[in-house]
Amino acid sequence: MTAWFERGTDADALETSLEDGAEPEVRDLPALAVEKGVFETHDGYYDALHEATVEVARRRVDDAVDTAERDIVNAVRTLETLSEQINELDERGRDWSDETGRVPVDEIVEARESHEEARDETRRFIEERTPELAPNLSNLAGSVLAARLIALAGGLDKLARMPSSTVQVLGAEDALFAHLRGDAPPPKHGVIYVHPYVRETDADERGSAARAVAGKLTIAARVDRYAGDLRPELAEELDEKIEGIRSRDGGDGS
Amino acid sequence: MTRAVEWVKVDSERYPATEGESVRDERVVNGKRVWHPRKSKAAALLVKGVDLPIGDARVLYLGAGAGTTPSYFADVARAVYAVEFAPSPASRLVDVAETRKRLFPLFADARKPSEYSSVVEGVDVLYQDVATRGQADVALKNAGFVREGGRAYVIVKARSEDVTAEPEEKYEEVAEKLDEKYEVEKVVDLSPFYDDHAAVVARRR
Ligand SMILES: C[S@@+](CC[C@H](N)C(=O)[O-])C[C@H]1O[C@@H](n2cnc3c(N)ncnc32)[C@H](O)[C@@H]1O
Repeated sequence: MTAWFERGTDADALETSLEDGAEPEVRDLPALAVEKGVFETHDGYYDALHEATVEVARRRVDDAVDTAERDIVNAVRTLETLSEQINELDERGRDWSDETGRVPVDEIVEARESHEEARDETRRFIEERTPELAPNLSNLAGSVLAARLIALAGGLDKLARMPSSTVQVLGAEDALFAHLRGDAPPPKHGVIYVHPYVRETDADERGSAARAVAGKLTIAARVDRYAGDLRPELAEELDEKIEGIRSRDGGDGS
Repeated sequence: MTRAVEWVKVDSERYPATEGESVRDERVVNGKRVWHPRKSKAAALLVKGVDLPIGDARVLYLGAGAGTTPSYFADVARAVYAVEFAPSPASRLVDVAETRKRLFPLFADARKPSEYSSVVEGVDVLYQDVATRGQADVALKNAGFVREGGRAYVIVKARSEDVTAEPEEKYEEVAEKLDEKYEVEKVVDLSPFYDDHAAVVARRR
Protein backbone atom coordinates (compact mmCIF):
# COMPACT_ATOMS: atom_id res chain seq x y z
CA MET A 1 0.00 0.00 0.00
CA THR A 2 1.03 3.56 -0.60
CA ALA A 3 2.44 6.18 1.68
CA TRP A 4 1.78 9.83 0.91
CA PHE A 5 5.42 10.62 -0.04
CA GLU A 6 5.77 8.01 -2.77
CA ARG A 7 4.65 10.23 -5.61
CA GLY A 8 6.04 13.52 -4.34
CA THR A 9 6.24 15.39 -1.10
CA ASP A 10 3.98 18.39 -1.59
CA ALA A 11 0.32 19.02 -0.84
CA ASP A 12 -0.85 17.76 -4.25
CA ALA A 13 0.97 14.46 -3.80
CA LEU A 14 -0.51 14.10 -0.36
CA GLU A 15 -3.99 14.89 -1.58
CA THR A 16 -3.75 12.30 -4.35
CA SER A 17 -2.56 9.67 -1.88
CA LEU A 18 -5.68 10.18 0.24
CA GLU A 19 -7.72 8.69 -2.60
CA ASP A 20 -6.00 5.34 -2.28
CA GLY A 21 -8.32 4.25 0.45
CA ALA A 22 -6.24 1.51 2.05
CA GLU A 23 -6.90 -0.14 5.40
CA PRO A 24 -5.19 1.22 8.54
CA GLU A 25 -1.81 -0.31 9.32
CA VAL A 26 0.95 0.13 11.87
CA ARG A 27 3.81 1.58 9.82
CA ASP A 28 6.85 3.57 10.78
CA LEU A 29 6.41 6.12 8.02
CA PRO A 30 9.23 8.50 9.01
CA ALA A 31 11.71 5.58 9.07
CA LEU A 32 10.33 4.26 5.79
CA ALA A 33 10.71 7.66 4.13
CA VAL A 34 14.30 7.95 5.31
CA GLU A 35 15.05 4.37 4.27
CA LYS A 36 13.73 5.10 0.78
CA GLY A 37 15.88 8.19 0.59
CA VAL A 38 12.94 10.58 0.30
CA PHE A 39 14.04 12.50 3.39
CA GLU A 40 17.33 12.63 5.21
CA THR A 41 15.93 12.88 8.70
CA HIS A 42 12.75 12.26 10.63
CA ASP A 43 12.52 15.98 11.31
CA GLY A 44 12.71 16.65 7.59
CA TYR A 45 9.93 14.15 7.08
CA TYR A 46 7.70 15.72 9.72
CA ASP A 47 8.33 19.25 8.47
CA ALA A 48 7.23 18.31 4.94
CA LEU A 49 4.23 16.38 6.27
CA HIS A 50 3.22 19.38 8.34
CA GLU A 51 3.36 21.75 5.43
CA ALA A 52 1.40 19.39 3.18
CA THR A 53 -1.31 18.44 5.71
CA VAL A 54 -1.90 22.07 6.67
CA GLU A 55 -2.24 23.10 3.05
CA VAL A 56 -4.55 20.24 2.08
CA ALA A 57 -6.72 20.67 5.16
CA ARG A 58 -6.96 24.42 4.55
CA ARG A 59 -8.06 23.90 0.95
CA ARG A 60 -10.61 21.28 1.82
CA VAL A 61 -12.01 23.15 4.80
CA ASP A 62 -12.44 26.35 2.79
CA ASP A 63 -14.24 24.39 0.09
CA ALA A 64 -16.44 22.66 2.62
CA VAL A 65 -17.35 25.89 4.41
CA ASP A 66 -18.31 27.38 1.09
CA THR A 67 -20.43 24.40 0.07
CA ALA A 68 -22.03 24.12 3.51
CA GLU A 69 -23.01 27.77 3.39
CA ARG A 70 -24.55 27.49 -0.07
CA ASP A 71 -26.36 24.31 0.92
CA ILE A 72 -27.83 25.92 4.01
CA VAL A 73 -28.90 29.10 2.24
CA ASN A 74 -30.56 27.19 -0.59
CA ALA A 75 -32.19 24.72 1.77
CA VAL A 76 -33.72 27.37 3.99
CA ARG A 77 -35.08 29.30 1.01
CA THR A 78 -36.52 26.08 -0.37
CA LEU A 79 -38.05 25.33 3.02
CA GLU A 80 -39.84 28.69 2.97
CA THR A 81 -41.12 28.10 -0.57
CA LEU A 82 -42.41 24.66 0.33
CA SER A 83 -44.13 25.91 3.47
CA GLU A 84 -45.85 28.71 1.56
CA GLN A 85 -46.98 26.33 -1.14
CA ILE A 86 -48.37 23.89 1.38
CA ASN A 87 -50.33 26.70 3.02
CA GLU A 88 -51.70 27.80 -0.32
CA LEU A 89 -52.67 24.29 -1.31
CA ASP A 90 -54.42 23.90 2.04
CA GLU A 91 -56.34 27.10 1.49
CA ARG A 92 -57.39 26.12 -2.03
CA GLY A 93 -58.38 22.66 -0.87
CA ARG A 94 -60.41 24.05 2.00
CA ASP A 95 -62.27 26.49 -0.27
CA TRP A 96 -62.96 23.78 -2.79
CA SER A 97 -64.28 21.24 -0.33
CA ASP A 98 -66.28 23.92 1.55
CA GLU A 99 -68.09 24.61 -1.69
CA THR A 100 -68.53 21.07 -3.00
CA GLY A 101 -67.82 18.75 -0.08
CA ARG A 102 -64.80 17.14 -1.81
CA VAL A 103 -61.65 17.73 -3.83
CA PRO A 104 -62.22 15.63 -6.96
CA VAL A 105 -58.64 15.67 -8.24
CA ASP A 106 -56.64 13.10 -6.23
CA GLU A 107 -53.35 14.40 -7.50
CA ILE A 108 -53.84 17.64 -5.60
CA VAL A 109 -53.96 15.75 -2.34
CA GLU A 110 -50.95 13.72 -3.42
CA ALA A 111 -49.07 16.86 -4.41
CA ARG A 112 -49.70 18.29 -0.99
CA GLU A 113 -48.36 15.14 0.63
CA SER A 114 -45.23 15.07 -1.46
CA HIS A 115 -44.65 18.76 -0.72
CA GLU A 116 -44.93 17.95 2.94
CA GLU A 117 -42.42 15.15 2.61
CA ALA A 118 -40.02 17.43 0.76
CA ARG A 119 -40.45 20.08 3.44
CA ASP A 120 -39.74 17.63 6.27
CA GLU A 121 -36.68 16.24 4.51
CA THR A 122 -35.40 19.75 3.81
CA ARG A 123 -35.84 20.65 7.45
CA ARG A 124 -33.94 17.53 8.49
CA PHE A 125 -31.16 18.49 6.09
CA ILE A 126 -30.98 21.94 7.70
CA GLU A 127 -30.99 20.45 11.18
CA GLU A 128 -28.12 18.17 10.28
CA ARG A 129 -25.95 20.64 8.37
CA THR A 130 -26.37 23.95 10.13
CA PRO A 131 -24.77 22.84 13.43
CA GLU A 132 -21.73 21.64 11.47
CA LEU A 133 -21.20 25.12 10.07
CA ALA A 134 -22.54 27.14 12.98
CA PRO A 135 -22.58 25.03 16.16
CA ASN A 136 -23.12 27.89 18.61
CA LEU A 137 -25.64 29.83 16.57
CA SER A 138 -27.62 26.60 16.09
CA ASN A 139 -27.37 25.80 19.77
CA LEU A 140 -28.82 29.20 20.72
CA ALA A 141 -31.31 29.78 17.93
CA GLY A 142 -32.22 26.31 16.72
CA SER A 143 -31.00 25.14 13.35
CA VAL A 144 -33.77 26.60 11.22
CA LEU A 145 -33.59 30.10 12.67
CA ALA A 146 -29.78 29.93 12.50
CA ALA A 147 -30.04 29.00 8.83
CA ARG A 148 -32.51 31.82 8.14
CA LEU A 149 -30.18 34.35 9.73
CA ILE A 150 -27.24 33.06 7.72
CA ALA A 151 -29.32 33.27 4.54
CA LEU A 152 -30.65 36.77 5.30
CA ALA A 153 -27.15 38.05 6.05
CA GLY A 154 -25.76 36.48 2.88
CA GLY A 155 -23.45 34.05 4.66
CA LEU A 156 -21.95 33.32 8.08
CA ASP A 157 -19.02 35.60 7.40
CA LYS A 158 -21.31 38.58 6.75
CA LEU A 159 -23.48 37.70 9.74
CA ALA A 160 -20.41 37.58 11.97
CA ARG A 161 -19.43 41.10 10.87
CA MET A 162 -22.83 42.69 11.54
CA PRO A 163 -23.54 44.77 14.61
CA SER A 164 -26.14 43.10 16.79
CA SER A 165 -28.60 45.96 16.15
CA THR A 166 -28.66 44.85 12.50
CA VAL A 167 -29.04 41.18 13.39
CA GLN A 168 -31.97 42.16 15.59
CA VAL A 169 -33.95 43.47 12.59
CA LEU A 170 -32.76 41.04 9.90
CA GLY A 171 -35.85 39.98 7.98
CA ALA A 172 -37.74 43.16 8.92
CA GLU A 173 -36.33 45.18 6.05
CA ASP A 174 -39.74 46.48 4.93
CA ALA A 175 -40.54 47.80 8.37
CA LEU A 176 -37.07 49.27 8.65
CA PHE A 177 -37.40 51.17 5.38
CA ALA A 178 -40.84 52.42 6.37
CA HIS A 179 -39.27 53.70 9.55
CA LEU A 180 -36.43 55.37 7.68
CA ARG A 181 -38.99 57.09 5.44
CA GLY A 182 -40.60 58.42 8.61
CA ASP A 183 -43.76 56.35 8.17
CA ALA A 184 -43.43 54.00 11.12
CA PRO A 185 -41.74 53.33 14.45
CA PRO A 186 -38.49 51.34 14.24
CA PRO A 187 -38.98 47.56 14.15
CA LYS A 188 -38.10 45.83 17.42
CA HIS A 189 -37.23 42.56 15.78
CA GLY A 190 -36.99 40.75 12.48
CA VAL A 191 -36.93 37.02 12.01
CA ILE A 192 -35.58 36.48 15.55
CA TYR A 193 -39.20 36.99 16.55
CA VAL A 194 -39.68 33.25 16.12
CA HIS A 195 -37.20 32.62 18.94
CA PRO A 196 -39.21 31.54 22.00
CA TYR A 197 -37.26 33.99 24.14
CA VAL A 198 -38.62 36.86 22.02
CA ARG A 199 -42.04 35.58 21.08
CA GLU A 200 -42.94 34.33 24.53
CA THR A 201 -41.79 37.39 26.43
CA ASP A 202 -44.52 39.87 27.41
CA ALA A 203 -44.99 42.67 24.92
CA ASP A 204 -43.60 45.43 27.14
CA GLU A 205 -40.30 43.61 27.64
CA ARG A 206 -40.11 42.06 24.19
CA GLY A 207 -37.83 44.78 22.86
CA SER A 208 -35.29 44.10 25.61
CA ALA A 209 -35.58 40.37 25.01
CA ALA A 210 -35.01 40.88 21.28
CA ARG A 211 -31.95 42.99 22.04
CA ALA A 212 -30.56 40.34 24.39
CA VAL A 213 -31.21 37.49 21.96
CA ALA A 214 -29.71 39.41 19.03
CA GLY A 215 -26.66 40.26 21.13
CA LYS A 216 -25.93 36.65 22.05
CA LEU A 217 -26.69 35.33 18.57
CA THR A 218 -24.22 37.82 17.16
CA ILE A 219 -21.54 36.62 19.56
CA ALA A 220 -22.40 33.01 18.68
CA ALA A 221 -22.02 33.75 14.97
CA ARG A 222 -18.62 35.30 15.62
CA VAL A 223 -17.44 32.35 17.69
CA ASP A 224 -18.64 30.03 14.91
CA ARG A 225 -16.87 32.02 12.23
CA TYR A 226 -13.62 32.67 14.05
CA ALA A 227 -13.26 29.84 16.55
CA GLY A 228 -15.65 27.03 15.63
CA ASP A 229 -15.85 25.22 18.95
CA LEU A 230 -19.11 24.72 20.79
CA ARG A 231 -19.37 26.89 23.90
CA PRO A 232 -22.38 25.80 25.97
CA GLU A 233 -21.82 28.74 28.33
CA LEU A 234 -23.26 31.09 25.69
CA ALA A 235 -26.66 29.42 26.03
CA GLU A 236 -26.45 29.58 29.81
CA GLU A 237 -25.64 33.28 29.69
CA LEU A 238 -28.62 33.94 27.45
CA ASP A 239 -30.91 31.89 29.72
CA GLU A 240 -29.86 34.01 32.69
CA LYS A 241 -30.26 37.27 30.84
CA ILE A 242 -33.78 36.42 29.72
CA GLU A 243 -34.71 35.25 33.17
CA GLY A 244 -33.59 38.64 34.47
CA ILE A 245 -35.64 40.51 31.87
CA ARG A 246 -38.74 38.44 32.46
CA SER A 247 -38.58 38.72 36.21
CA ARG A 248 -38.79 42.50 35.97
CA ASP A 249 -41.93 42.50 33.78
CA GLY A 250 -45.34 41.82 35.25
CA GLY A 251 -43.69 41.29 38.65
CA ASP A 252 -45.49 41.95 41.93
CA GLY A 253 -44.01 45.43 41.94
CA SER A 254 -41.97 44.90 45.10
CA MET B 1 12.68 22.76 25.68
CA THR B 2 10.45 20.76 28.01
CA ARG B 3 8.61 17.93 26.37
CA ALA B 4 6.48 16.73 29.22
CA VAL B 5 3.30 17.66 30.96
CA GLU B 6 4.12 19.57 34.13
CA TRP B 7 2.04 20.63 37.09
CA VAL B 8 1.41 24.17 38.22
CA LYS B 9 -0.44 25.64 41.17
CA VAL B 10 -3.46 27.78 40.33
CA ASP B 11 -5.85 29.06 43.00
CA SER B 12 -4.43 26.43 45.36
CA GLU B 13 -5.23 23.62 42.92
CA ARG B 14 -2.65 21.65 41.00
CA TYR B 15 -3.29 21.59 37.27
CA PRO B 16 -1.38 20.14 34.35
CA ALA B 17 0.38 22.60 32.07
CA THR B 18 2.55 22.59 28.98
CA GLU B 19 4.92 24.94 27.27
CA GLY B 20 3.71 26.35 23.98
CA GLU B 21 2.03 29.21 22.21
CA SER B 22 -1.43 30.11 23.55
CA VAL B 23 -4.36 29.13 21.33
CA ARG B 24 -7.27 30.59 23.24
CA ASP B 25 -7.62 32.54 26.44
CA GLU B 26 -5.92 29.95 28.62
CA ARG B 27 -4.04 31.11 31.69
CA VAL B 28 -0.29 31.12 31.60
CA VAL B 29 1.59 30.46 34.84
CA ASN B 30 5.40 30.52 34.98
CA GLY B 31 5.45 30.43 31.20
CA LYS B 32 3.27 27.30 31.12
CA ARG B 33 -0.17 27.04 29.56
CA VAL B 34 -2.59 25.86 32.19
CA TRP B 35 -4.53 22.82 31.01
CA HIS B 36 -7.80 23.21 32.82
CA PRO B 37 -9.84 20.10 33.67
CA ARG B 38 -13.10 21.85 32.90
CA LYS B 39 -11.94 22.92 29.46
CA SER B 40 -10.45 19.66 28.30
CA LYS B 41 -11.43 16.08 29.08
CA ALA B 42 -7.81 15.01 28.76
CA ALA B 43 -6.87 17.49 31.51
CA ALA B 44 -9.71 16.08 33.60
CA LEU B 45 -8.20 12.61 33.14
CA LEU B 46 -4.79 13.86 34.24
CA VAL B 47 -6.22 15.60 37.29
CA LYS B 48 -8.02 12.37 38.17
CA GLY B 49 -4.65 10.65 38.21
CA VAL B 50 -4.97 8.70 34.99
CA ASP B 51 -1.72 7.89 33.22
CA LEU B 52 -1.75 9.53 29.78
CA PRO B 53 1.64 8.82 28.22
CA ILE B 54 1.72 11.43 25.48
CA GLY B 55 5.25 12.74 26.09
CA ASP B 56 7.26 12.07 22.92
CA ALA B 57 4.46 9.75 21.73
CA ARG B 58 2.81 9.36 18.35
CA VAL B 59 -0.88 10.12 18.81
CA LEU B 60 -3.96 9.66 16.69
CA TYR B 61 -6.56 12.13 17.88
CA LEU B 62 -10.13 11.58 16.63
CA GLY B 63 -12.66 14.38 17.02
CA ALA B 64 -10.09 17.16 17.26
CA GLY B 65 -12.69 19.92 17.38
CA ALA B 66 -11.17 23.39 17.18
CA GLY B 67 -7.82 22.00 18.28
CA THR B 68 -7.77 23.10 21.90
CA THR B 69 -6.87 19.76 23.48
CA PRO B 70 -4.77 18.68 20.47
CA SER B 71 -2.64 21.80 20.98
CA TYR B 72 -1.65 20.62 24.48
CA PHE B 73 -0.91 17.15 23.14
CA ALA B 74 1.27 18.64 20.42
CA ASP B 75 3.25 20.63 23.00
CA VAL B 76 4.70 17.39 24.36
CA ALA B 77 4.11 14.65 21.78
CA ARG B 78 6.32 13.61 18.89
CA ALA B 79 3.48 13.68 16.38
CA VAL B 80 -0.27 14.31 16.67
CA TYR B 81 -2.60 13.33 13.83
CA ALA B 82 -5.79 15.31 14.43
CA VAL B 83 -8.94 14.20 12.62
CA GLU B 84 -12.00 16.45 12.49
CA PHE B 85 -14.87 16.42 10.00
CA ALA B 86 -17.02 19.47 10.77
CA PRO B 87 -15.90 22.49 8.73
CA SER B 88 -16.15 25.24 11.36
CA PRO B 89 -14.06 23.63 14.09
CA ALA B 90 -11.73 22.21 11.43
CA SER B 91 -11.09 25.71 10.15
CA ARG B 92 -9.86 26.76 13.60
CA LEU B 93 -7.97 23.48 13.96
CA VAL B 94 -5.94 24.36 10.89
CA ASP B 95 -5.11 27.76 12.40
CA VAL B 96 -3.96 26.03 15.58
CA ALA B 97 -1.96 23.47 13.58
CA GLU B 98 -0.06 26.32 11.96
CA THR B 99 1.33 27.18 15.40
CA ARG B 100 2.45 23.60 16.15
CA LYS B 101 5.06 21.91 13.95
CA ARG B 102 4.05 18.41 14.98
CA LEU B 103 0.28 18.81 14.79
CA PHE B 104 -1.05 17.39 11.53
CA PRO B 105 -4.64 18.40 10.73
CA LEU B 106 -6.74 15.91 8.80
CA PHE B 107 -10.11 17.12 7.58
CA ALA B 108 -11.76 13.72 7.34
CA ASP B 109 -14.41 11.43 8.78
CA ALA B 110 -13.05 9.21 11.55
CA ARG B 111 -15.49 6.49 10.50
CA LYS B 112 -13.53 6.23 7.24
CA PRO B 113 -9.90 5.72 8.23
CA SER B 114 -9.02 4.85 4.66
CA GLU B 115 -9.36 8.60 4.00
CA TYR B 116 -6.15 9.22 5.96
CA SER B 117 -4.35 5.88 6.03
CA SER B 118 -1.68 7.06 3.59
CA VAL B 119 -0.60 9.72 6.12
CA VAL B 120 -1.02 8.29 9.61
CA GLU B 121 1.86 6.23 10.98
CA GLY B 122 1.60 3.56 13.65
CA VAL B 123 0.70 5.28 16.91
CA ASP B 124 1.34 4.75 20.61
CA VAL B 125 -1.85 6.44 21.73
CA LEU B 126 -5.34 6.69 20.31
CA TYR B 127 -7.37 9.48 21.88
CA GLN B 128 -10.97 9.77 20.80
CA ASP B 129 -13.52 12.44 21.67
CA VAL B 130 -16.14 12.35 18.91
CA ALA B 131 -19.27 12.73 21.03
CA THR B 132 -21.49 11.04 18.47
CA ARG B 133 -23.38 7.80 18.08
CA GLY B 134 -21.35 4.67 17.43
CA GLN B 135 -18.39 5.79 19.54
CA ALA B 136 -17.07 2.24 19.97
CA ASP B 137 -17.18 1.55 16.22
CA VAL B 138 -14.97 4.55 15.51
CA ALA B 139 -12.29 3.24 17.90
CA LEU B 140 -12.53 -0.25 16.40
CA LYS B 141 -12.19 1.01 12.85
CA ASN B 142 -9.05 2.92 13.79
CA ALA B 143 -7.50 0.14 15.87
CA GLY B 144 -5.32 -0.83 12.91
CA PHE B 145 -3.18 2.25 13.46
CA VAL B 146 -2.43 1.45 17.11
CA ARG B 147 0.67 -0.58 17.83
CA GLU B 148 0.35 -3.66 20.01
CA GLY B 149 0.24 -2.59 23.63
CA GLY B 150 -0.56 0.99 22.60
CA ARG B 151 -3.09 2.88 24.67
CA ALA B 152 -6.59 3.93 23.75
CA TYR B 153 -8.62 6.58 25.55
CA VAL B 154 -12.17 6.61 24.32
CA ILE B 155 -14.28 9.42 25.72
CA VAL B 156 -17.89 8.34 25.94
CA LYS B 157 -20.61 10.91 26.15
CA ALA B 158 -23.55 8.95 27.49
CA ARG B 159 -26.15 11.20 25.93
CA SER B 160 -24.69 10.82 22.44
CA GLU B 161 -25.68 7.20 22.46
CA ASP B 162 -29.11 7.31 24.00
CA VAL B 163 -30.73 10.07 26.01
CA THR B 164 -32.71 7.73 28.21
CA ALA B 165 -30.24 5.00 29.19
CA GLU B 166 -28.23 5.05 32.41
CA PRO B 167 -24.77 6.47 31.73
CA GLU B 168 -23.02 3.52 33.43
CA GLU B 169 -24.78 1.04 31.15
CA LYS B 170 -23.64 3.04 28.17
CA TYR B 171 -20.03 3.06 29.31
CA GLU B 172 -20.15 -0.69 29.88
CA GLU B 173 -21.63 -1.26 26.46
CA VAL B 174 -18.87 0.72 24.78
CA ALA B 175 -16.25 -1.11 26.87
CA GLU B 176 -17.68 -4.48 25.84
CA LYS B 177 -17.61 -3.58 22.18
CA LEU B 178 -14.03 -2.36 22.42
CA ASP B 179 -13.03 -5.75 23.81
CA GLU B 180 -12.94 -7.04 20.24
CA LYS B 181 -9.63 -5.26 19.62
CA TYR B 182 -8.60 -3.72 22.92
CA GLU B 183 -8.11 -4.98 26.42
CA VAL B 184 -10.12 -2.64 28.59
CA GLU B 185 -8.32 -1.58 31.77
CA LYS B 186 -10.85 0.72 33.36
CA VAL B 187 -13.67 3.15 32.93
CA VAL B 188 -13.01 6.58 34.45
CA ASP B 189 -15.95 8.82 35.19
CA LEU B 190 -15.11 12.45 34.36
CA SER B 191 -17.24 14.02 37.09
CA PRO B 192 -17.12 16.56 38.64
CA PHE B 193 -15.52 18.16 35.59
CA TYR B 194 -17.91 16.73 33.02
CA ASP B 195 -21.36 15.27 33.67
CA ASP B 196 -22.37 12.08 31.85
CA HIS B 197 -18.89 11.56 30.42
CA ALA B 198 -16.40 8.78 31.01
CA ALA B 199 -13.17 7.62 29.45
CA VAL B 200 -12.68 3.98 28.60
CA VAL B 201 -8.97 3.28 29.03
CA ALA B 202 -7.70 0.29 27.10
CA ARG B 203 -4.70 -1.36 25.49
CA ARG B 204 -4.43 -2.60 21.94
CA ARG B 205 -4.32 -6.40 21.83
C1 LIG C 1 -16.46 17.20 21.97
S1 LIG C 1 -15.86 17.80 20.43
C2 LIG C 1 -14.11 17.65 20.54
C3 LIG C 1 -13.41 18.62 21.43
C4 LIG C 1 -11.88 18.44 21.42
N1 LIG C 1 -11.56 17.05 21.59
C5 LIG C 1 -11.20 19.22 22.52
O1 LIG C 1 -11.20 18.73 23.66
O2 LIG C 1 -10.67 20.30 22.23
C6 LIG C 1 -16.27 16.48 19.35
C7 LIG C 1 -15.82 16.71 17.93
O3 LIG C 1 -15.86 15.48 17.22
C8 LIG C 1 -16.19 15.75 15.89
N2 LIG C 1 -16.64 14.51 15.26
C9 LIG C 1 -17.76 13.80 15.53
N3 LIG C 1 -17.85 12.73 14.74
C10 LIG C 1 -16.74 12.73 13.96
C11 LIG C 1 -16.26 11.88 12.91
N4 LIG C 1 -16.95 10.81 12.56
N5 LIG C 1 -15.11 12.20 12.32
C12 LIG C 1 -14.41 13.31 12.70
N6 LIG C 1 -14.82 14.16 13.66
C13 LIG C 1 -15.97 13.87 14.28
C14 LIG C 1 -17.25 16.83 16.01
O4 LIG C 1 -17.39 17.56 14.82
C15 LIG C 1 -16.71 17.67 17.17
O5 LIG C 1 -15.94 18.74 16.71
